[in-house]
Amino acid sequence: MNINKTVDAVGMLCPMPILKTVQAVKEMKVGEVLEIAATDEGIKKDIKNWCDMMGHELIDIQDKDNKIIVHLKKLK
Amino acid sequence: MDKATPDKATIVVFSGDMDKVMAAFNIAVGAASSGMEVTMLFTFWGLNILRKDKMGSQSKGILQRLFTLLNKGGTEKLPMSRFNMFGMGPWMMKKLMKRYSMPSVRELYSAAKQLGVKVIACTITMGVMGLAKEDLVDDIDEFAGVITYIKDARESKINLFV
Repeated sequence: MNINKTVDAVGMLCPMPILKTVQAVKEMKVGEVLEIAATDEGIKKDIKNWCDMMGHELIDIQDKDNKIIVHLKKLK
Repeated sequence: MDKATPDKATIVVFSGDMDKVMAAFNIAVGAASSGMEVTMLFTFWGLNILRKDKMGSQSKGILQRLFTLLNKGGTEKLPMSRFNMFGMGPWMMKKLMKRYSMPSVRELYSAAKQLGVKVIACTITMGVMGLAKEDLVDDIDEFAGVITYIKDARESKINLFV
């Protein structure tokens, strides 16, 4: 997978990870992939619902070295 | 969800308590992040969030002067709804928030503004509290009353009173 942009939201609490994501996605082109690293457990549900609402594709959510790694694709 | 006009969310911020205001901003930022058009109407104690750090310049008479002196403004001076303990509570809370990298009310305010949240100051309570436009921060979008709020609220999917 080609990652075009990354967001470091490690240690951040709601709503900051989503806020950072919004800013990053705004700067991306359609079809590009964003990787988010976070530690707030709430992001797992929040990012899925956010992608549903905004019409972006959630590729996967992984637990890696005490971090939550999210990949999503900008679709519009 | 592709829509020509985005869904609206309207939040009345009546409280000036730090914890409640944080919840209000959290929801506003979340809604704006999800593509909603958000309006926040600040009234009564909520106006303290929009105040610069000083006395209301329009305060007339001893009663209003005393009131604005006791009712401190600015995002750094907000009390908490519980465990305020003459300012000890907010002080401890702010320490904890920093430790857990939680955004402060000021940071949440600028995040909301960045996302295009519309901020309205209620002119009626500004009058009662002796506050002029100059006493409030510079980036307020509108000065209005209840009718403006109703116009936004009647078209809103989310409508909250904090």
